[in-house]
Amino acid sequence: MLYRHGTTPVHRLPPQVKIVALLVFVLSVVVMPREAFWAYALAGCLLVGVMILAELPAGFVARRMIVEVPILVFALLLPFFGQGETTEVIGLTLSVEGLWGAWTILAKATLGVAASIIVSATTTIPDLLRGLDRIRVPRVLTAIAGFMVRYLDIVAGEFSRRRVAMAARGYEPRWLWQNGPLAQSAGSLFIRSFERGERVHQAMVARGFTGRMPVFGDRPATTREWWIGLSVSLAAVVLAVLSLTVLR
Amino acid sequence: MSEPSLEVVDLSFAYPDGRQALRNVDLHVHHGERVALLGPNGAGKTTLLLHLNGILRPASGEVRVAGLVVSDDSALEVRRRVGLVFQDPDDQLFMPTVGEDVAFGPANFGVEGEELEARVAEALSAVSMLEARERAPHHLSYGERRRVAIATVLAMRPEILVLDEPTSNLDPASRRELIDVLRGLPITQLIVTHDLPFALELCARALVIDDGVIVAEDTTVEILTDELLMKTHRLELPYRFDPRQQLSS
Amino acid sequence: MHIPDGFLNGATSAGTAVIAAGGLGYSIKRAGAYLQDRRIALTGLVAAFIFALQMLNFPVAAGTSGHVLGGALAVILVGPWLGITAVSVVVIVQALILADGGISALGANILNMAMVTGLVGWGLFRLMMKVIPKSWTSVLVSTFTAALVSVVASSIAFVIEYAIGGRGNVDIATVFAAMAGVHFLIGVGEGLFSAVTVAAVGASRPELIAGIEDLDLAGKDRSPVRSGVWGFAAAGLVVAVLLVLVAAPLASSEPDGLERVAIDQRFIDSAEDHPLSESPLADYGVSGIEDESTGTRMAGLVGVLITFGVGAAIVGTFVVIRRKSATPV
Repeated sequence: MLYRHGTTPVHRLPPQVKIVALLVFVLSVVVMPREAFWAYALAGCLLVGVMILAELPAGFVARRMIVEVPILVFALLLPFFGQGETTEVIGLTLSVEGLWGAWTILAKATLGVAASIIVSATTTIPDLLRGLDRIRVPRVLTAIAGFMVRYLDIVAGEFSRRRVAMAARGYEPRWLWQNGPLAQSAGSLFIRSFERGERVHQAMVARGFTGRMPVFGDRPATTREWWIGLSVSLAAVVLAVLSLTVLR
Repeated sequence: MSEPSLEVVDLSFAYPDGRQALRNVDLHVHHGERVALLGPNGAGKTTLLLHLNGILRPASGEVRVAGLVVSDDSALEVRRRVGLVFQDPDDQLFMPTVGEDVAFGPANFGVEGEELEARVAEALSAVSMLEARERAPHHLSYGERRRVAIATVLAMRPEILVLDEPTSNLDPASRRELIDVLRGLPITQLIVTHDLPFALELCARALVIDDGVIVAEDTTVEILTDELLMKTHRLELPYRFDPRQQLSS
Repeated sequence: MHIPDGFLNGATSAGTAVIAAGGLGYSIKRAGAYLQDRRIALTGLVAAFIFALQMLNFPVAAGTSGHVLGGALAVILVGPWLGITAVSVVVIVQALILADGGISALGANILNMAMVTGLVGWGLFRLMMKVIPKSWTSVLVSTFTAALVSVVASSIAFVIEYAIGGRGNVDIATVFAAMAGVHFLIGVGEGLFSAVTVAAVGASRPELIAGIEDLDLAGKDRSPVRSGVWGFAAAGLVVAVLLVLVAAPLASSEPDGLERVAIDQRFIDSAEDHPLSESPLADYGVSGIEDESTGTRMAGLVGVLITFGVGAAIVGTFVVIRRKSATPV
């Protein structure tokens, strides 16, 4: 979905390394104190560095950060609704705590989303699932996720086809109470999805499935790959530690 | 190999609502044969297929695969021996990549490591889809998915390949590719189909089933030229298609 | 609705992650017992259905559109354990693959969008079906109410998490009023959509609805399933409004309690805000009204109505942007 093909070192890193690196980086950013502007800036630089290494164009990443917009809206409202001490900014009375809150959320959310995008842009979905398997996420969950991704196209495609067919018969709902037919088609799509789930199970049984989902295509990462992959995240950890202790 | 690859003896089965789906069905397929199973919709073809790998169990009669009787104990081994390819390839390709789908079958029977890799390559080559190994199934065309679905069962090295309407919904080019693949596979085949020219081209022998009963069994050309038989069981040849002429040309 | 990184502090992120992991593990186990090994394929397909459903824009009013969460719908159709597992997988994949929802907030997101909606939806649906006379109309009313309340409950869970470990030190009452108000509106849409969906399933394959499996509806008249949306929506709305009127004063006094707890526990950064320096009810009291609880209710209602405007603007922006960014795969 977000994947962008490439053969950069970032692309070639084993997925489990990237997932762990993402987690470590995000957690480091989450614990950074709000006053440590320099730490956030440096963490941002680290990410930009990885983006360059992964040959991800800035526009590509920026477009995918649109998911962040609702959070931006919420964050921007905080200074208006925050309590406590206030300050004047261009004629507006804003809450200091609110301003801090807005800054903190924006900084951490942006870094988190960007890091997440870097990982999904450089890792195919099958690889991401194998990576999760290797870090001991229950096989049941990754298997379900695999099926979900596999059949999402089909189910979403059926939704669109129905909408198109309904539009062709003049159905263009604009108001809440006109949603009957749309919801009804959701109902029949549920039935079809359920029935397909049964047929897939039958096909699995026909090929010898007895309850355990096999895992294949994964390989363990070498120590070198772990060190390389975690380098950026460990740098972020250092930043976090410094910002919390020494350089307060 | 004296015993048939597949033997269905006096099989009867009724649906939960009481309707009799299959009545005293007898069927056999010898090693190396390709047999067509013809009949109108609702005749019980798919129900019969589900008995062949033990997904359904008969009320009476039995199914034998290379001598092994289908039962609770033998179900797993039967499923390895009977490569059942369902009609909708999207039901059978459920893993994130083609390679994983083809590996799924043999992996369930303990094949792993290098041998598993080799099996996957062997099966995909047999259907000319080796280059699709790392691709996601939903990025393949319908015809390609059909072929990969066949590969998923070939990887288990089955005794017999059983196909349900393999040429349906294929454009002429894909259909031709599929026929070539099937013709090139040195494996016993039982093929359910509405595509009568396809049946004639590939299968020397054919059975007709209607309303749960086997109503005819003969060489394919004899069946297709029996006008009364064809009409009675809602079978019709394509416009101006003459089976005898096809065979002699 | 997806909480990003940075919204909640480390401790709350960790705490919710632990709860979510435990809950998910339990759901998987129970789902297994219910459907044996069929569950994997089926849950995957249900998850695909829910994901696709969440991508669907349904028009709300002249240009704006809404989205369905599907948590209550999922559990009413396939049962709590399968439903919660399926929606959890949707949330996980959204965070990991679409960057929708922070990795550190995954626990909270799973909790709010899968577990709270699932448990509240299932619980309320089953409760209502036990209490009201059994018929297909009652199935639809119960679905509507369960879905509506599940959405509101989800937003309340978010507010609680925010009160415990959220950044920004906003007056919890304001956040609550805004969230609950907006989500009530969203919930109406979700309720209507869910009810009609269940109706459609009931019209042809009623045996697929797990929520009514053990209820004998075989002989009952199925025509409500085909009739208009408004009859049962009105009934469900009445029930939901009653719930709100009862819950609102409780809730509006509660955030102060939560705020006090939060500040005492030093979860909220606040250099100057001391809970004891001002009366907690000062935020709520409507001057001139002697009876505290009526004043609270009034203030709560006024607060809801005022923040509706702000909330609607937020929702409007939210759904418009979502509509543009949610392109099918």
